[in-house]
Amino acid sequence: MMNGRTGGAGEKLVAFFELIGTRLIEFLDQAGYTILLLARAFYYLKDAPSKAREIVTQMYFAGVKTLVVCSLVGVFTGMILALQTGIELQNFGMQYQIGHLIIASMTREMGPFMAAIILTASVGSAMAAEIGTMKVYDEIDALEMMSISPVKFLVMPRVTALAAMMPVVSVYIIVLACLGGAVVANSILHVSFNVYIKHLYKGIHFKPIYVGLLKAFVFGLIISGVSCAYGLRATSGELGVGHATRSSVVASFLMVLIIGYFITAIFYG
Amino acid sequence: MIEFIDVHKSFGPKRVLAGFTLKIEKGESFVIIGQSGIGKTVALRHVAGLLNPDSGRVLVEGVQVNGARPAAMRKLRERMGVLFQSGALINWMTVAENVALPLSEHRRFPKKEIERQVDEKLELLELADAKYKTPSEISGGMKKRVALARVLMSNPDIILYDEPTTGLDPVMSMVISDLIRQMQRDFGVTSLVVTHDMKSAFYVGDRIGMLYGGELVQVGTPDEIMNSDNQVVRQFINGDLEGPIRAQ
Repeated sequence: MMNGRTGGAGEKLVAFFELIGTRLIEFLDQAGYTILLLARAFYYLKDAPSKAREIVTQMYFAGVKTLVVCSLVGVFTGMILALQTGIELQNFGMQYQIGHLIIASMTREMGPFMAAIILTASVGSAMAAEIGTMKVYDEIDALEMMSISPVKFLVMPRVTALAAMMPVVSVYIIVLACLGGAVVANSILHVSFNVYIKHLYKGIHFKPIYVGLLKAFVFGLIISGVSCAYGLRATSGELGVGHATRSSVVASFLMVLIIGYFITAIFYG
Repeated sequence: MIEFIDVHKSFGPKRVLAGFTLKIEKGESFVIIGQSGIGKTVALRHVAGLLNPDSGRVLVEGVQVNGARPAAMRKLRERMGVLFQSGALINWMTVAENVALPLSEHRRFPKKEIERQVDEKLELLELADAKYKTPSEISGGMKKRVALARVLMSNPDIILYDEPTTGLDPVMSMVISDLIRQMQRDFGVTSLVVTHDMKSAFYVGDRIGMLYGGELVQVGTPDEIMNSDNQVVRQFINGDLEGPIRAQ
């Protein structure tokens, strides 16, 4: 009886480690594939002028098509930030510092991060679904039969467009967050616009801006690379496309968080 | 010209090709028939280099496809075209852009010359009216013809047809079958067709091979296949319920 129980526990432990090992191998395989895909996309940057139309189309999807949601997210992020921190600052009579706090947190972290969340959900998932559908309907194979590289034809324009648009979207969100914060600061915390703007200017420093823009650029590479990689490896029909889309969103979020931390650690650690 | 030598291919525990051997001569139209999911498309994809065998060799004009270097593969593919079952047209491009793709992407010809060739192919396949439509705006039969026009743009010596008549009405099936014959007759194209549409197979094939259990159980002319004594072949072409073939 005892032996049976011990044997059962042992088998479960082996199965557990097997599962961990399998997942780890899958992760490394996917990460390696994504890195190589991005490297090949960089190589095909030499052909970017001939793909200008496709790059501009993708920039339009990433920038203009997400304008409404980016505006709402930007304004409300600023309003929430102002309200939550402003109430605490009010206890110390320091609510006039709210502009400083909002610009600092938005440029350092929140701006690129909110942009990454929005573009992962809207643009990254669409990329994975679109390329995944092309894969399961033989369109990728058809390109290869015509000796057209899918990386040059599909991946490079998407990576270029998202890496270029992500900093722009981040700056847009930061600006709108500052405006949202100003409304709350003035109407609820009774901080005048002049005082708010004065402290906002005080909070603008060169380093957080370039680190924030760098983060946004890297997030653009991550989201487009991960999404295209999952799309290109989609299998098993429509079900596979759904799986690829979901996996690309989860992986993009995780990679944005992890890489975001390391960029912060490198520049501020 | 196309040769399979003792090709074996499995997907997990499922054995799809087991000692598949076949030789297709230059200018010949060969049809592989068999049940859905039996491995006909798998065999075709080996010729295109889209799949590699577990063992055995696939040769195209004496060049081994499996294990070919990228440059050699590119050269082979320049002489080869595949008509995929779904047509595999790029959805966001117009019919004309899709047809132009093999030339426009490689910038081999001036724009005017590409436009002329596109118009010529669209005219040949009676698609001139659909030139500026997108794939979602045209019928299944037209999609297949557009895909065929795209294949013809690179003037291939070999065309691989994956279920060219599936999902089409009987008249459109015959139109496509006739086009396949026309390609062979007018341009000397070597054709490998996989299908389970028997009417099309008998019309298109110089020879027909029946795939069953991972290998070709009979190869012969359409007449030989029609009058075959092989139980598997008889059951398949007659669509009998009783016989060695079981539903997969």
